[in-house]
Amino acid sequence: MKKTFAVFVCFALSWFAAAANAQLVIEITKSAEDAVPIAIVPFGWSSSGAAPFDVAEVVAADLRRSGRFAPLDRKEMIDRPTQGDQIRFQDWRYLKSDFIVVGKLMPEGQGYAAQFEIYNVLTGQKLGQPSDPRRVTANANNMRALSHRVADIIFEQLTGVRGAFSTRVAFVNAEGTPPKQRYKLVVSDYDGENQRTLLSSDEPIMSPAWSPDGQSLAYVSFESKASAIYVQTVRTGERKRVSARAGINGAPAWSPDGKTLALTLSRKDGDVDVYTLELNSQVLTRMTFDPGIDTEPSWSSDGKKLYINSDRAGGPQIYEIEVDNPKRATRVSFEGGYNARPRVSPDGKQLAVVTLDRGNYRIAVIDLASKGMQVLSEGRQDESPSFAPNGAVLIYATQDRGRGVLATVSTDGRTAERFTNTVGEVREPVWAPFSPAPNAN
Amino acid sequence: MRVTQLMLIAVSGLMLAACGNKPLPEAQNTSEAVGPSTSTQGADSSGVGSSALSAEQQAMEAAKAAGVIVYFDYDRAEIKPEFVPVVAAHAKFLNGSPQRKVRLEGHSDERGSREYNIGLGERRAQAVRRALMLQGVTENQITTVSYGEERPAVQGSDESAYGKNRRVELVYGR
Repeated sequence: MKKTFAVFVCFALSWFAAAANAQLVIEITKSAEDAVPIAIVPFGWSSSGAAPFDVAEVVAADLRRSGRFAPLDRKEMIDRPTQGDQIRFQDWRYLKSDFIVVGKLMPEGQGYAAQFEIYNVLTGQKLGQPSDPRRVTANANNMRALSHRVADIIFEQLTGVRGAFSTRVAFVNAEGTPPKQRYKLVVSDYDGENQRTLLSSDEPIMSPAWSPDGQSLAYVSFESKASAIYVQTVRTGERKRVSARAGINGAPAWSPDGKTLALTLSRKDGDVDVYTLELNSQVLTRMTFDPGIDTEPSWSSDGKKLYINSDRAGGPQIYEIEVDNPKRATRVSFEGGYNARPRVSPDGKQLAVVTLDRGNYRIAVIDLASKGMQVLSEGRQDESPSFAPNGAVLIYATQDRGRGVLATVSTDGRTAERFTNTVGEVREPVWAPFSPAPNAN
Repeated sequence: MRVTQLMLIAVSGLMLAACGNKPLPEAQNTSEAVGPSTSTQGADSSGVGSSALSAEQQAMEAAKAAGVIVYFDYDRAEIKPEFVPVVAAHAKFLNGSPQRKVRLEGHSDERGSREYNIGLGERRAQAVRRALMLQGVTENQITTVSYGEERPAVQGSDESAYGKNRRVELVYGR
């Protein structure tokens, strides 16, 4: 009988919380023409010496990346107000900014506080609570987190959609030249900063998947010379092996309630099929029954359906399966001869997929109602799309001079960026869900 | 005796080259594992030194000479005619050495999605497994693993690299 057993990652594999020096170069590959112009004025510094951190720079980058905003170039700013009564609105109207954000950074306790205000340039009116300026605090070593929270507040105030700039991503990093490579499982801020290695191995690591509470990652590791699925708590590093059956153990995907994993097994006969595995009871239920390759399950937000990739009709295409009645599968993708790795959008209305687009593997979204497809990315070998928890942006891996790097594209396809991390090859980014409570440190 | 053995190895090397098989950097190492089991070796060395090659050794040499990698076409898992003799040589060796086990490592090229490529690698490993079993190799002599595109043999994003990466490696345990 297969027992789940807990393994602490002390031997054979190393676990370390080292913050790698992530020197990121951000390359804007596409920018939106009708994004809302906004001025994020450099924050004032209310103490002696130079300001410890450029909050406005991170805020502007976040907002631009969302595809909804076009932050004004700093060089265009003729004035640097740091509070509302210093803003000369006619100047900013002349610069064609619809909104302006002014603020300052100040020491507070062991760390810093940022306070800021958002104004409508046309009306001169302050947005949000009329009384106090908004205030965000953080430790000295968390200034990027502070800046992302400022961006979250601005984004939500102006769009009505919760900002996702404070969220994290997980990805796989590979270094070295084949056939000898070193693989790492890395967690970072969504923009690739603050990288932390969770697991490091000489055997492949793949398919990371966040638990719905954002506390754990399921992933595939070949460390025992065969594929096995592990679940690891991000904060403590504690982990369990949850599936190490004969053949493939792959493509783990958490159900929305976090109690079940959908996964791919090939068992002894080599038939690649999707199953569900209830984590507590270890009850395994088969979800696909045809002799082709069935893999890459993704749950609908109500947990009643699975979207899978199957080549039952010849090439890989996306199908929808009712979890309670899995024998019937309905085809969802119809454009192009290769559609793989479906991921359901947070609102449940779209699927992100990898599609073969005139000889190139690209990221596309399929509208589940109309079944229409829109290709979003422009690379040659783009892979692993993953939605931001607010649905505004997708993160994926693309090739940059023969190396895998992180990239984002807004789900309307209007804004795209590439993060050219200097070390190794980045694969399979997956965007974490919103954390239940605002991240306090 | 030594000389004939060396000649045999040299001849196998020539045959390998003549077969038009690509040089296999990693495969050289894995093919070292294609050897008599330690017990057999012990029995031999306790005797009069290296006498004539045992039947097992001969089958092993033949399998080694035939090659330890089967290559595939894009998105396909059929064993191409030129690799039928490779599989046959390994089947012969395994039939004569029922205690030996082979591990079939399936791989794909880097194109497309990773988990689908795991499926493709598995399908290729299963194709070789079935071919071995049709030739009498027993189920418990074979294990399969698919690495998909995760462990390429060579780096590169052109057809030549893709062709070398779409493969099943036959690896013998010790």
